[in-house]
Amino acid sequence: MQQWIGLLPAFPLAGFLLLALSRGRMPRKVAGLIGAGSVGLSFLLAAAICIEFLSAGGASFQKTLWVWMQVGSLEPGFSFYLDGLSVVMILIISGVGFLIHLYSTGFMADDPGLARFFSYMNLFVASMLVLVLADNLVLLYLGWEGVGLCSYLLIGFWYDKPSNGYAARKAFVVTRVGDTSMAIGLFLLFSQLGTLDIQEILTLAPQQWSSGSGIAVAAAALLLGGAVGKSAQLPLQTWLPDAMAGPTPISALIHAATMVTAGVYLIARTHVLFELAPSVQLLVAFIGLATLLMAGFTALTQRDIKRILAYSTISQIGYMFLALGVGAWSAAVFHLMTHAFFKALLFLAAGTVILSLHHEHDIFRMGAMRRRLPVAFLSFLVGSAALTALPFTSGFYSKDEILLAALAQPQYGIWLWSGGVLGAFLTALYSFRLVFVVFFGGDHHAHSPHGDEQAHDAVVENTNPAMFFPLLILGVLSLLGGLIHVPVDAVFAHGAGHEEAHASQLIHTVMILVPVFGVVISWFLYGSKPYEKAGQHSRKRLLESPIGGFLNRFWFGGWGMDTLYNFVFVRPFVALAQVNRRDVIDLLYSWVVLLARLGNSAVVMTQTGNLRWYAISLVGGLVLVISLGVWR
Amino acid sequence: MILLWLIAILFLGGALAWASEGLDARLPRVVALCSLLLSLGLVLWLWISGGAQVGTPGGTWWVLDSWAWIPRFGIALSVGIDGLGLLMLVLTVFLGLMALGAAWNEISQRTGFFYFNLLWTLAGVVGVFTALDLFLFFFFWEVMLIPMYLIIAIWGHENRAYAAMKFFLFTQVSGLLLLLAILCLAYFHFVQFGVFSFDYFALQNVVLEERFQMWVMLGFFIGFATKLPAFPLHSWLPDAHSQAPTAGSVLLAGVLLKTGAYGLIRFTVPLFPEASASFAPVAMSIAAIGILYCAKLAFAQNDIKRLIAYTSVSHMGFVLLGIYAWNLYGLQGAVMTMLAHGLSSAALFMLAGGLQHRLHTRDMDKMSGLWAQLPMLSAMALFFSVAAVGMPGLGNFIGEFLSLLGAFQASRSITAISALGLIFAAVYSLWVIQKVFHGPYKIPEGVGRSAIPEDLSTVELVCYALMALGLVWMGMYPQSFLALSGPGLEGLLQAVGAFSGELGPAAALGGAL
Repeated sequence: MQQWIGLLPAFPLAGFLLLALSRGRMPRKVAGLIGAGSVGLSFLLAAAICIEFLSAGGASFQKTLWVWMQVGSLEPGFSFYLDGLSVVMILIISGVGFLIHLYSTGFMADDPGLARFFSYMNLFVASMLVLVLADNLVLLYLGWEGVGLCSYLLIGFWYDKPSNGYAARKAFVVTRVGDTSMAIGLFLLFSQLGTLDIQEILTLAPQQWSSGSGIAVAAAALLLGGAVGKSAQLPLQTWLPDAMAGPTPISALIHAATMVTAGVYLIARTHVLFELAPSVQLLVAFIGLATLLMAGFTALTQRDIKRILAYSTISQIGYMFLALGVGAWSAAVFHLMTHAFFKALLFLAAGTVILSLHHEHDIFRMGAMRRRLPVAFLSFLVGSAALTALPFTSGFYSKDEILLAALAQPQYGIWLWSGGVLGAFLTALYSFRLVFVVFFGGDHHAHSPHGDEQAHDAVVENTNPAMFFPLLILGVLSLLGGLIHVPVDAVFAHGAGHEEAHASQLIHTVMILVPVFGVVISWFLYGSKPYEKAGQHSRKRLLESPIGGFLNRFWFGGWGMDTLYNFVFVRPFVALAQVNRRDVIDLLYSWVVLLARLGNSAVVMTQTGNLRWYAISLVGGLVLVISLGVWR
Repeated sequence: MILLWLIAILFLGGALAWASEGLDARLPRVVALCSLLLSLGLVLWLWISGGAQVGTPGGTWWVLDSWAWIPRFGIALSVGIDGLGLLMLVLTVFLGLMALGAAWNEISQRTGFFYFNLLWTLAGVVGVFTALDLFLFFFFWEVMLIPMYLIIAIWGHENRAYAAMKFFLFTQVSGLLLLLAILCLAYFHFVQFGVFSFDYFALQNVVLEERFQMWVMLGFFIGFATKLPAFPLHSWLPDAHSQAPTAGSVLLAGVLLKTGAYGLIRFTVPLFPEASASFAPVAMSIAAIGILYCAKLAFAQNDIKRLIAYTSVSHMGFVLLGIYAWNLYGLQGAVMTMLAHGLSSAALFMLAGGLQHRLHTRDMDKMSGLWAQLPMLSAMALFFSVAAVGMPGLGNFIGEFLSLLGAFQASRSITAISALGLIFAAVYSLWVIQKVFHGPYKIPEGVGRSAIPEDLSTVELVCYALMALGLVWMGMYPQSFLALSGPGLEGLLQAVGAFSGELGPAAALGGAL
């Protein structure tokens, strides 16, 4: 089966080509079938490859389809490399990807652009598979840019609304800043090591560079630039909340389960370089910590159901970065996997809510939906429990590993751990705030501008099996996914072995109790019966106090980062462009023209037809010439 | 002999096309099509036969022919190509066909004279890419200029007289410098060897004093950099492009700009290795400035053709950067950028021309949401914009990646600055897509409510599909092209030798000042 590895991205790519060339004339059922079916085929193949991989004892495998280009010593191929890490990734991408495609056949059933939607989705899956299978950094970059393009196309999928287009452009340009840093990193690696083959780099770098040398730090930092862009970490996180403008399945697939974790994958894949640059690795941990706290606080203040989930995604990827930063590579990959399950579940459930409420996004205009939307309610309950890391859910196991690893960090362990635990508290607070506000309390949908009485009666849950089945599977995985063992030990074996951290009983108790405590607080603020009275009252008091109000606004606006970037980058660029629209260089040449014209008119003026004038100039000229001759 | 035939077919085809107008106004385009197809056949035959039968064994040159022309001054009709030259010929003839496709339904007045000019421009370009005698080279350099001037001046848009004159003056003045430099070189050959010679290989043996070498080299450089165009000699291009008819823009962007880059690779650096080496930091700085400056200018434009014109200048910066890195990566990157940009910019200009044809305006402020009305045209525009952004898997990426990779070996700081162009490219390209194709559909002024613009015609669709396939080929299997240009470029590198190693930012800055 491993011989057929090239077919993994080829199936969805073929789907993309078929759908794109059909020019929208394909029957809708066929379009859905091709769209979901191609990814389904990929999943089956990925599963077969995984079984073969595991039964063969986890030996890595490499296959070159063709040599891409050959210039000097640069010889990247269309070559795929399979090891434990890429096996996990292809299963997540094709598996979760297939479920989301299936869900989309229901979710997008009435959209006129169905074929276009699935063509972009398929292209995305193909690029993402190339990204994780690439055995060299150039091919990885192809997948990397490809997923960025698809993300752009799908965020702006409903193109007639200019704000969607803005969000899409913002996503592409902001991530491109990171991509450019990564490209420069590639140039640096190539100029130093003479190769871009990942495995060769991982072997050569420790031989040629000493730990902490300038080159190693520069290379790791440049790659980190790419990773923070794609994974929406500080300081390039601003694009992800806006990316929620796309259809909800897109948010589930691209902006939660797969693409945004590409940065985590990149760092895990090139972990040797980060081990050679301890300062950069520590930076990764602190970026993760800062991001997870910042996004956690921000999620607390959001009203839009998808933006809450978006900030939650940023925050959870922060946990993965924290894990990477303390060298807990496999814990990061483990959390990547469980996060893909429960975050996809949450987004798809959110999609069901949004669809049932006629595209209402504001959670304070929902309420009491647990009876009207039981499936969404259950999904949210399961997903939020896993997100909060309540005991025995998948998120519990993965977050536990990360926090223990953080504690074991020699210098700053206790700080990283405390920050992570505070983040876990915030996670519990914002995720159950969402659950309680949407599914408990009084029904506010009737009062919303969208929901007149008629629409209110029409709140019926969509029971389309194509949408129900993915929720079920993802729900089961969110609960039990923690039992899956990610087979990545061999990949990170040659790194510094992270010893099994043994923490005291107290630490364990704290880590179990803090999320539960968060849920309880959340219940008192938003969920309990007197929520309408007491909860609302205390929240109001909080918001009206000067500090509370300021923090609320500050966090709601994403800590003012957008404003800052607008002020520092966007406005000056646009202003400069407007000022110099006519190109000052061209003015220079216009002066030459002007000068020639002036000279011309000056000479023209002498041609007066006046005989006396001619005679004088004749004499004058003669005198001049003669005097020149005499002087000589 | 085959190269002379190629040039002759285009010259004769042009004359025949003009003559045939008397019979039927639609005949010239058929004549042009036949002669272009014939040329394409010849070029493809050259490619497929691999030059093995016709070339010098072991050397990098494939086809070399020489006949005496003016022996007293050592001027000969000597032509020849290597892999690089062949690639340029393929690009020229292919884009000639595309230009024909663009003109097919657009040009209805004085068709005979139009196709005469079109074919003669192409003949001049083919001559430029094949001439190995610098006098002959200059002859063809002028031949390609004048018909192009006429195309802009006669079939152009509202401000064509100004644009055509500007184009003519820029090219003519820089051409004059080029001619002076060529004559200087021939004269020094006379001084050193006792005979005049304009032969490319003979002139490489001329040893010039350092200060002379720099000045003569600058003559060449300015001549070619104006054509490329490089900052700050670019200002003729936006006017020429926005005023030229679509076919003219296609030829200008796709082919004529590449003659400048070709001249730098083939003549400027090999003839003046030392001067070029010390000039390299300046040239690379110019390239970096051009990339960023023109990307910013592109972003500010409302006129869609002007915008694409500025992006051309920006992309040509990567070519200049790659050339003056003077290593295999940079040179291959420059060549790949030339090929890929040839296709992508030609396609974008055709799309802009198509929009102007349908909407009677080039002002992007008057367009919005065209995707709903023109899905095929919009999808094509998206594809070629994405190519221009440098998406891996398409040709432009290979070119820009290799250029930057090569430039990084020469100067890290300049490369890092130039790489910012990748971000700027995303900004302006996506802006065009947003402005023109996304957003709510708005019927432009000047188009009646009943007259809904039509989507792509068959001729257009075929042209775009061919160019798109070409870009995918270049992006997915560039080896076909890299293998062809490789030996010739390696030969040049060996003859000239690498420029001195890493240039610090201080050296680069000092050079620039």
